[in-house]
Amino acid sequence: FRPCPIATVARRESRSHAGDSSCASLAMAEVEETLKRIQAHKGVIGTIVVNAEGIPIRTTLDNSTTVQYAGLLHQLTMKARSTVRDIDPQNDLTFLRIRSKKHEIMVAPDKEYLLIVIQNPCE
Amino acid sequence: MEIVYVYVKKRSEFGRQCNFSDRPAEINVDIQPDPGLTANFIERDPIDAGIQCASDMSEHEVNTERFEMENAGVNHLEGGWPKDVNPLEMEQTIRFRKKVEKDENYVYTIIQLGSLMEHCIKQNNAINIYEEYFEEEETADVADEPPSAKTINVFRDPNVIKRTATHLSWHPDGSKKLAVAYSSLEFQRSSKDMSYDSYIWDLENPNKPELVLRPSSPLVSLEYNPKDSHILVGGCYNGQIAYWDTRKGGQPVELSTVEFSHRDPVYGTIWLQSKTGTDCFSASTDGQVLWWDIRKLTEPTETLVMDISRKGVLENALGAIALEFEPTMPTKFMVGTEQGVVITCNRKAKTPAEKIVGTFSGHHGPIYALARNPFFPKNFLTVGDWTARIWSEDSKESSIMWTKYHMAYLTDGCWSTIRPAVFFTTKMDGTLDVWDFLFKQNNPSLNVKVCDEPLFSLRLQDNGRFIGCGSKRGTVTLLEVSSGICTLQRNEKNLAMAMFERETKREKILEARHREMRLKERTKAEGKEEDVKVETEEETPEELLARVQKEFFEIIEAEIRRKERAAKLSKPQVAQRPGLPKGWGGWGGSLTLVLHRGTGV
Repeated sequence: FRPCPIATVARRESRSHAGDSSCASLAMAEVEETLKRIQAHKGVIGTIVVNAEGIPIRTTLDNSTTVQYAGLLHQLTMKARSTVRDIDPQNDLTFLRIRSKKHEIMVAPDKEYLLIVIQNPCE
Repeated sequence: MEIVYVYVKKRSEFGRQCNFSDRPAEINVDIQPDPGLTANFIERDPIDAGIQCASDMSEHEVNTERFEMENAGVNHLEGGWPKDVNPLEMEQTIRFRKKVEKDENYVYTIIQLGSLMEHCIKQNNAINIYEEYFEEEETADVADEPPSAKTINVFRDPNVIKRTATHLSWHPDGSKKLAVAYSSLEFQRSSKDMSYDSYIWDLENPNKPELVLRPSSPLVSLEYNPKDSHILVGGCYNGQIAYWDTRKGGQPVELSTVEFSHRDPVYGTIWLQSKTGTDCFSASTDGQVLWWDIRKLTEPTETLVMDISRKGVLENALGAIALEFEPTMPTKFMVGTEQGVVITCNRKAKTPAEKIVGTFSGHHGPIYALARNPFFPKNFLTVGDWTARIWSEDSKESSIMWTKYHMAYLTDGCWSTIRPAVFFTTKMDGTLDVWDFLFKQNNPSLNVKVCDEPLFSLRLQDNGRFIGCGSKRGTVTLLEVSSGICTLQRNEKNLAMAMFERETKREKILEARHREMRLKERTKAEGKEEDVKVETEEETPEELLARVQKEFFEIIEAEIRRKERAAKLSKPQVAQRPGLPKGWGGWGGSLTLVLHRGTGV
């Protein structure tokens, strides 16, 4: 009849679990803060985070727009990156900016994720 | 015959070493040239010939078949979700997203990208990096370049026997198509093989006309309906009118009956402004102007005979060549005739006699073009014989402005749709003139040689930039003029208006002066009949001079004699001063009287 060790084990686990989640939540909070800060800048219309498969992870726009942007810009970024690397294999794409009549789309690419921001540049 | 040589070697000698020995060269075969064979050959002149030892190659051009391209859209659906996640289920997608967000790599990446992104956002907010500097100043001074015209495209008559392009008409919407009427205007020159077709060309494709119109007789004039861009009306060489619907193909939808049509080629057809958009009228050198309703071409709705004496007699009628109608003035229209007279008519007059309002004469030959200035409808341009003239409706005696007499006959002309002071003319020597009378009045501001054969027709596109010119051999050239000719200059409307008014006033003053002089002449002629003695005699200058001289010497001698007599009689008296004798003044007066009469002659 030894309930205690299980309980302690359980408590330990829960404690460590709590520790992990706190680290994670701290990091998550930082991510939140970054994204919120970006969204709060003057002229920013929307922010989208896309993963390597083109699935939007985080977005401030409505679903259909997000899906459209995610799919199209993902392909464009891949194409741009492959172009840069074809010309010089040591080179890599760091940033992509598309300025159109109405606004500017900025894409920050990474190996696994894409950060897309649509901004209305003030003149 | 078999040539066989047998080599024999003893068996014991097999395997023996070879003993080589030298021996001198021996001639094995010697074939001498046979002079008898020269008879079979001819000696050739020595020439330089190049020889190259290379493989034969030939160049080939192949035109691949045109492949059809089509633009299609792709419906983009959500994809990329892993197999276990159903994209339509909100719960699953949310769960997936949350899972990704917990990933450490995600966190790190986003923070990195975030700082990079913020840099660019702030950059955008700080300054417009794509700013256009000096935007307004670019548009200021483009007008200083000299005027020029450039050929854009050439459409040739695809038939073997070339016909003249007699009339051009632009498509009303967007002007992407050009309808050209082809016929041979030379008297009895059309051969049996000449095709009757006229074409509608698409500007993008100069190789093949877009639509072939097949009338029963060659078309002399052709016009698009400005209200309905599918309908065209054409005037034929035999006097009939036909209309086409481009949706229905190349055969005319309806043809007017021969009995009620014109008796000469229909040189002008114009659409009228009406509610139904189906009214048009036509003019021909048989002296008639006929009004038609497209829906019923069996009979014209109205006729008018171009008889200036207003009696409606066909024999006295003037043949009409050019028609003019301005939609802003729907009751008036003008007709240019073969005899060089422009007749203004009023459509709404009650009797045919009243329909003809006035005439303007001044040209020596047929008036080939007649156009009102789109900005100042009171002034119109006529092109005929070797000049182009500008008239004002107010001055009926003569034109207010005219060009000099050219070396070649002028065939067609039109106003620019953008600039009120610019008009274009074509000549028989194949040149196109651009006249800008605010800039230069005695010469065209631009003279372009379009082709070697005479140009017969001219049509400006509505935007004023493109001109189509039709030539005698059926070649339609599309020209683009420089922007200086088709952009409205500052203050141009006012300047043009001032110029028109000034010239009209000048003409009016001249007219008044002429009238006065004529009146004076008439009264003088009446006055002269009373004084038969001296006034009716007309003297030549020599006679006049001789008479004056004689009179002069007579009077001098009479005076000298009188003076001598006076001196003899009264010697002690004071000698008379050798001044003017008394008779001088009177004589001087009579002399001046004589001179007056001389100039009155």
